[in-house]
Amino acid sequence: MKLDYLDQLESEAIHIMREVAGQFERPALLFSGGKDSITLVHLALKAFRPGKFPFPLVHIDTGHNFQEALDYRDNLAERIGEKLIVRYVEDTIREKKLKEPTGRNATRNGLQTFTLLDTIEEFEFDACIGGARRDEEKARAKERVFSVRDEFGSWDPKRQRPELWNLYNGRIHKGENVRVFPISNWTELDVWNYIRREKIELPSIYFAHERELLIRDGKLMATAGGVIKPEADDQLVTRRVRFRTVGDISCTAASESQADTLDAVIDEIQATRISERGETRMDDQLSEAAMEDRKKGGYF
Amino acid sequence: MDLLRFITAGSVDDGKSTLIGRLLYDSKSILADQLEAIERASKSRDDGEIDLALLTDGLRSEREQGITIDVAYRYFQTPKRKFIIVDAPGHIQYTRNMVTGASNCQLAIVLVDARHGVAEQTRRHSLIASLLGIPHIVVAINKMDLVGYSQNVFSDICIQYAELAKKLNVHQVTYIPMSALNGDNVVDRSETMPWYEGQTLLEHLETVVIDDDVNGETEDHHPGRFPVQYVIRPQTAELHDYRGYAGKITSGIFRKGDAITVLPSGETSTIDAIEIAETQLDEAVTPMSVVLHLATDVDISRGDLIVRSDIQPISSQTVEAMLCWMDTKEFKVGNKYVLQVGTSRTRCSVRAIAYQLNINTYEEIEGVDSLKLNDLAKVVLRTAQPISFDPYQKNRATGGAILIDETSNVTVGALMLVGEA
Repeated sequence: MKLDYLDQLESEAIHIMREVAGQFERPALLFSGGKDSITLVHLALKAFRPGKFPFPLVHIDTGHNFQEALDYRDNLAERIGEKLIVRYVEDTIREKKLKEPTGRNATRNGLQTFTLLDTIEEFEFDACIGGARRDEEKARAKERVFSVRDEFGSWDPKRQRPELWNLYNGRIHKGENVRVFPISNWTELDVWNYIRREKIELPSIYFAHERELLIRDGKLMATAGGVIKPEADDQLVTRRVRFRTVGDISCTAASESQADTLDAVIDEIQATRISERGETRMDDQLSEAAMEDRKKGGYF
Repeated sequence: MDLLRFITAGSVDDGKSTLIGRLLYDSKSILADQLEAIERASKSRDDGEIDLALLTDGLRSEREQGITIDVAYRYFQTPKRKFIIVDAPGHIQYTRNMVTGASNCQLAIVLVDARHGVAEQTRRHSLIASLLGIPHIVVAINKMDLVGYSQNVFSDICIQYAELAKKLNVHQVTYIPMSALNGDNVVDRSETMPWYEGQTLLEHLETVVIDDDVNGETEDHHPGRFPVQYVIRPQTAELHDYRGYAGKITSGIFRKGDAITVLPSGETSTIDAIEIAETQLDEAVTPMSVVLHLATDVDISRGDLIVRSDIQPISSQTVEAMLCWMDTKEFKVGNKYVLQVGTSRTRCSVRAIAYQLNINTYEEIEGVDSLKLNDLAKVVLRTAQPISFDPYQKNRATGGAILIDETSNVTVGALMLVGEA
């Protein structure tokens, strides 16, 4: 009997989650309503049922989320009967008098880090499970499964702990926390294949639908909720699109697509010549080290 | 489809990053936007040629210095197999990172520069591959373009390496002449080396038999081992008596009805049920994460090891181990650390350093009383509680352990357990 690679990846992820449960006092699972964190919740069900999760789901809401993802989030938490904590970037901006980025292509994505660090302090989380994958970005390819962060949430690539065999060392000092990435070794396609195999339901925006968008710098940006204000040279269009990632509206582009089923989406992803972040995430393209720099600042 | 994890090792200038770049590029695993990004970055350099190595150096300081500092992981697949590439740095000061990267791999590619033959780094990386029990070694003799694609150069290096391999615990060695820069024998067969009739690197990676996770045929070598991670106890009205032991089978097979022993207590029971997410199974194998239920009430918590009673591991408070020291603080006789094996942690003290291993000559140096960063040695430890393990060379899953510094909490050592001292 030999395990298929999806079974191997699943088993590895469950093992990592149980290490979190076994090693930490106050863990959390960061949940955004996107496919990667939805996969994490599904893996947590496999890791801990019929028991309760040993952690709450935590959503750092930028205030610029797709309504479909928010509805999905609330329904899911209710259906599985687990605790959901939501903290709002909006509140952090008001309380800390943060300066919001302005101008064309302004995004609150970077401000999320402030709310995340405050939330970690508020609940004294010592471990935060996240859905980051090493195939997403070259700085993430360097990150350990257990990523120790200092009290500022900062990642220091030169001070990473050796990570040997399947032994994870989560010992930390008070104030530090560990970011844990159970699906580090999964690729985008693995996540989709797993979602299909496990029949996991996804928010509707992952599938082709008609939507009003504006074309900016060659990218199709959603006008939903008025987050992005059309400018004079922006062209408003209605297109049949789907989203390949579901992030903050201000920095997540849509892809033109006819794929309205899981099979069709997977076919498209297999055929594409553009990476997930390259296609959809505006914030990674600001510089060659954009992700690395954000992670040093405490971002996931 | 199955999964092969392999590590690439080689000196700084042996062309390791170029090889990975070539493997991804020729197997069409680089997406258009990623290629554009490295084209842009290459243009800002002197020669303007596409530098495939840029694909792998993910950190700012790596790009600044043009070297790989830390392990990176890359993923690709062909119709035949999925691959995880562990891209380990070649610099001597990063030996610990190579150990980190190698610990989970089934195959190691050791790059050799055809102009220089077997070098210090080749010896060091081969030693690490051997200590870490990597079953397959590929000696990639690279830069054949710089030695006129000479068959004699290739043969000489094969002979040199075979001599070296005799001193090590490596069994399956494959030699491939290549030019990563030009793509000879990486994915596509070389037209300039018609004398080479073996497989290309990718063909080899796609077809090499991975046997260290296979359990059925080699049960003797892979006895049933299950470190308990977490106890699932819902304690609800309808599941009042539910008590499941959650963990991952790190070795062997467990079947319903098997007689088991719990270590360190030594209590025995039988397996009543095996579950994955409440689905019942009759048997489960490595590396499945499952929940075990036992027929009798036994006191079990995280850190305990459930084993099949037929083949028991060693349980001891004094152990001998090969150590790769990974910290800048010295390792000294008399020092205390936390030792983690499986899910169990116990304090330990250093009894002795039996010998230090010269990583270039493989000589055993006796009379050493402290170790520095990246040193390899055989050591004797005394643990506060007995630990249960198998010799690493027989069973990687239960013979690997780490040392943790109690004050900094950092992982400071990798241990390959040898036996009772």
